[in-house]
Amino acid sequence: MDKPWNNRAWFMVLPVVVLVAFSAVIPLMTVVNYSVQDTFGNNQFFWAGTEWFEEMLHSERFWQAMGRNLAFSFIILAIEIPLGILIALNMPRSGWGVPVCLVLMALPLLIPWNVVGTIWQVFGRVDIGLLGYAMNRLGIDYNYVNDPFDAWVTVIVMDVWHWTSLVVLLCYAGLVSIPDAYYQAAKIDGASRWSIFRYIQLPKMNRVLLIAVLLRFMDSFMIYTEPFVVTGGGPGNSTTYLSIDLVKMAIGQFDLGPAAAMSIIYFLIVLLLSWVFYTVMTNYGAER
Amino acid sequence: MASIDLDHIRHSYVAHPKSERDYALREVDYTFENGGAYALLGPSGCGKTTLLNIISGLLQASHGRLLFDGRDVTNLSTQERNIAQVFQFPVIYDTMTVYDNLAFPLRNRGVPAAEVDRKVRETLEMIGLSDWAKRRARGLTADQKQKISLGRGLVRSDVNAILFDEPLTVIDPHMKWVLRSQLKQLHRRFGYTMIYVTHDQTEALTFAENVVVMYDGQIVQIGTPDALFERPKHTFVGYFIGSPGMNVLPVEVDGVTARLGEHLIALPDAPKGVATELGIRPEYVKVGAEGIPVTVTKVEDIGRHKVVRATLAGQEIAAIVGEDESIPAEPRVHFDPAGINLYADSWRVETGA
Repeated sequence: MDKPWNNRAWFMVLPVVVLVAFSAVIPLMTVVNYSVQDTFGNNQFFWAGTEWFEEMLHSERFWQAMGRNLAFSFIILAIEIPLGILIALNMPRSGWGVPVCLVLMALPLLIPWNVVGTIWQVFGRVDIGLLGYAMNRLGIDYNYVNDPFDAWVTVIVMDVWHWTSLVVLLCYAGLVSIPDAYYQAAKIDGASRWSIFRYIQLPKMNRVLLIAVLLRFMDSFMIYTEPFVVTGGGPGNSTTYLSIDLVKMAIGQFDLGPAAAMSIIYFLIVLLLSWVFYTVMTNYGAER
Repeated sequence: MASIDLDHIRHSYVAHPKSERDYALREVDYTFENGGAYALLGPSGCGKTTLLNIISGLLQASHGRLLFDGRDVTNLSTQERNIAQVFQFPVIYDTMTVYDNLAFPLRNRGVPAAEVDRKVRETLEMIGLSDWAKRRARGLTADQKQKISLGRGLVRSDVNAILFDEPLTVIDPHMKWVLRSQLKQLHRRFGYTMIYVTHDQTEALTFAENVVVMYDGQIVQIGTPDALFERPKHTFVGYFIGSPGMNVLPVEVDGVTARLGEHLIALPDAPKGVATELGIRPEYVKVGAEGIPVTVTKVEDIGRHKVVRATLAGQEIAAIVGEDESIPAEPRVHFDPAGINLYADSWRVETGA
């Protein structure tokens, strides 16, 4: 069968191509440009080849930031996913409680990142913050400015507060799509609460959970604004995650070459992980 | 197995029912005998499923008591009632194998492994899925999934009753017949109390010894398939069972004759009360050269016989004639007195001296 062939159709995609070019491809190319050259300002560039990449891959600082970021992502996933499931399971399925819960859940998601950071920055302060002040009055030595552990706890609790709702909403959507007949059959079959969760609810939430893990992993792997506002990456480098480190290097120290090399490595890692997730998800979809 | 007593059960989905209309189940007072095979027959929305869910405990009736073998179970949970129920659409546990799906209700009740294995194999054999035992249930076709649901209902032998809620809707016609006869066989062998909900009259009539016909939230007639056919207690039963349904004609009754317009119809017996309607199944309407003149409007040849649609004194009636019989040029109909039933306000009026 002959398909109609008309090259003018390309004009239809032109706006998108231009948009993507200016928003993504061209900036990325300038980063590539920086990553293979050395500059001291005044628009003078010297060829550096793969030097910055080698330096980055051997840089302890980079791998430490990477380690911190992976630990951070892992911890928040380990908290937010089970907690999100637990909350979703206990949300009402009908009645006036549904809109109330949904709005409450959506609230943290509507707050801009930097505002979330500011809220917690103030909340945790030992002099005027409700949390910091109360903790210290209760005799708990808490100070996120001095203590790396307290800084980590603050950043993690903040992320859990901010993003668990997303997991809850996704899981809730998965749960309400389960027909009543499944619960009825489970009752007839004498299934325990745990069995209902294990054999009915969890399998039906599988897909949304995968999406939740993907979204939360990506977001936490790129986290910048909130810890930057709260701790500024400190104390020391204890909460300096990859993107904070990157910005420090590029804008703080003006090491454009190494920073560019680092962002490309960072980008490739994100790309690789996205691909892994995508493959897992589509394979899972095909199996059904 | 147990007998099931429905003691003045009423149910409304509305929180504060005000009138009869608010009741999905108006009032049911009936006993399902131990070991009986019953069919609950009725159109969609007549309360069949509501009644079934009340028996299994998925639903708590708003009024009335439920007794198993005389023991009050009204406030017991589904699990405590020990009932098996098969639903209209397949419910399977996706992540389990076919084998584990069937073993699930047994394992939940702590049945020993050897016994589980024996029962599951037996049930798999029965539903014809032995070769699929190790397969994940997820990839199966709709009717295989429904067979698993059916199997889960049949795998426990100690249940008080097995309830079926239109279980064969998604199964193709040939398999339907096979599974239905298997259920029937099973009933004969083990004497389970079985209640089978359906809106398909053939299914109900072939499965059950006793058919409970429901209409508009109440039981209108309980009887053998034969009784439902010959002596419908309510005109609805007449319409609903049989194809085409019973003819119902408005008449004036005077002793042993009924007057329909200017025509007189001989009755087998005088009614014991006032009767305003005459019901006769198309099978008992004889088309020939004698009787009341009619105008034939349509003849439908449906294979084994022909359905004649005609007008009699302004009323539509249907008659069944043999495949080879011809219809005379000036057709007349004669009502076989054996097939005549009289009704008042849709309910049957007893006849006889």
